[in-house]
Amino acid sequence: MDVKVWKSIKDLQDYDEYRKRRPETGDKHSALFESVTEGIHSFPGGFAVTTVADDFLNWARKSSVWPVTFGLACCAIEMMATFASRFDVERLGMVPWASPRHSDLMIVSGTVTIKMAPMLERIYNQMPDPKWAVSMGSCSNSGGPFRHGYHVVKGVDRIIPVDVSVPGCPPPPESLLNGLLLLQEQISHFHQTGKRRDPNPKED
Amino acid sequence: MTDERARQLLSTINGVVVVDGGPPLTIYIEPAQYASVAAFVKETIGCQFFSFLSAVDWKADGLEVVTWVDNLADGLSVVLRTKLGAEGASCPSLVPVYRGANWMERECFDMFGIRFDGHPDLRRILLPDDWQGHPLLKSYAVDTPYPPYR
Repeated sequence: MDVKVWKSIKDLQDYDEYRKRRPETGDKHSALFESVTEGIHSFPGGFAVTTVADDFLNWARKSSVWPVTFGLACCAIEMMATFASRFDVERLGMVPWASPRHSDLMIVSGTVTIKMAPMLERIYNQMPDPKWAVSMGSCSNSGGPFRHGYHVVKGVDRIIPVDVSVPGCPPPPESLLNGLLLLQEQISHFHQTGKRRDPNPKED
Repeated sequence: MTDERARQLLSTINGVVVVDGGPPLTIYIEPAQYASVAAFVKETIGCQFFSFLSAVDWKADGLEVVTWVDNLADGLSVVLRTKLGAEGASCPSLVPVYRGANWMERECFDMFGIRFDGHPDLRRILLPDDWQGHPLLKSYAVDTPYPPYR
């Protein structure tokens, strides 16, 4: 992959192109499941079955998003506060889980350094599909105050696909909670075949 | 060992320039004398504690290695400064005198590319082994790419 040198805010315009060139690490469903659902959907009246099943599955997915316990920097403190009893994300069905193999969500909380990036990618790849990622705080959104450091990845979306970006330095628990609610809303519109819709920078 | 006594002792050594003012007691040394003066500071002045070692990039005037050692018993600090050439310069290692200099010199090599002659294990310590360049040099561009993450 040829590497771009990113300089200023205008490289947000190149975001789309960069995202297309990135190797696909997104959701994968089994071909059998996909062909069966496509078959039912094309059957007369079958759409009723698939849409109801879809809604049910999405409700199930969004009601049990388990974030993997993965803290990188000071944002992790706010993330822990969000998981604790005052803000209590367990009422939304979120259980911070200490294994990526059982988790659905990765909250990237903090600065991603170039040395940490391979480990982050590996943990993300260890999570089973379908999986989501929330980028928490300025550092993981864009590099933040450390953007001009020699060792900082300028936004975690250069490594993994990000669903919700939460601004702030660090975002208070209320912000993160809002981001998680937005994520739940996104999950409830998940496609029938389990595919994420294409990114639309104007809306997202 | 008092500050005045240390100044007197150090100014008797040929080639050592003692800077007025302080504390800390600052001396400029030639690179060739670096290790021997450091040994003198440790044995005679009693600066047993190696505090830190770093470098300064003065661009056209070359690099400068700064070492801070302490005499904890008498509350005396000595700063050893030595001017080197441009990038890729070499400097005698302090590891035979102070064991604590080992990782500091590795870090200094990592960030500034200064080769410490006589260092037992001069490798990168913080950055990945395949890193190109030395990032704290003034000539290192901020946006130097490191594939595939930048």
